[in-house]
Amino acid sequence: MNERIRKILKDHARLTKTMEELTDDADLYQAGMTSHASVNVMLALEGEFDVEFPDSMLKRSSFESVSAIASAISELGS
Amino acid sequence: MSLRVGVDLVSVSRIKESIDSFGDRFTGRVFTTGEIAYATSAPDLAAERFAARFAAKEAVVKALSLTREGLNLREIEVAKHADGAVELALHGDVAAVALGLSVRELSMSLSHEGDNAIAFVVATVGTSREQAP
Repeated sequence: MNERIRKILKDHARLTKTMEELTDDADLYQAGMTSHASVNVMLALEGEFDVEFPDSMLKRSSFESVSAIASAISELGS
Repeated sequence: MSLRVGVDLVSVSRIKESIDSFGDRFTGRVFTTGEIAYATSAPDLAAERFAARFAAKEAVVKALSLTREGLNLREIEVAKHADGAVELALHGDVAAVALGLSVRELSMSLSHEGDNAIAFVVATVGTSREQAP
């Protein structure tokens, strides 16, 4: 799952670092992800994993790292 | 009484990319039907109108420190009046948070130039007791 998440982040998060430089626990906002980019990431994740993020999960902590995103998607049952 | 401020800068071209990539899924997730109707009423200006509104929502998020809880961005609305004036309207959980923070007034300024749209929001916070002489 993490590799699929990393591919989406590479395509949509507009990070200032390459994904190879970031560990699964690295803070994506510190790596340059804006709030706008995080919306794009969310929409791409929904398409990739066939899930829908409820409003209750649309918070900074849900998207702050590869690990956090993986946990959120698991919680959504994908 | 105290003031809380928030500011956000958004790239118009990147908002256009989001619309091109995700279409109604992007606009419908972020903007109210009123905001979409206004922005798309002038197709050539739609991206910059959406960008300014996105910046306004994020400026409110910063002013009210809303990043820790789940957030429906459609609950923060830039309302456009017939005379051209714009103002912020809060709905649902965001309105409840603002009430809890004793927000008495929200002021906003929007601007765009070239590829950039910016929004600045000031929240006036305080209880009526603090207002009393």
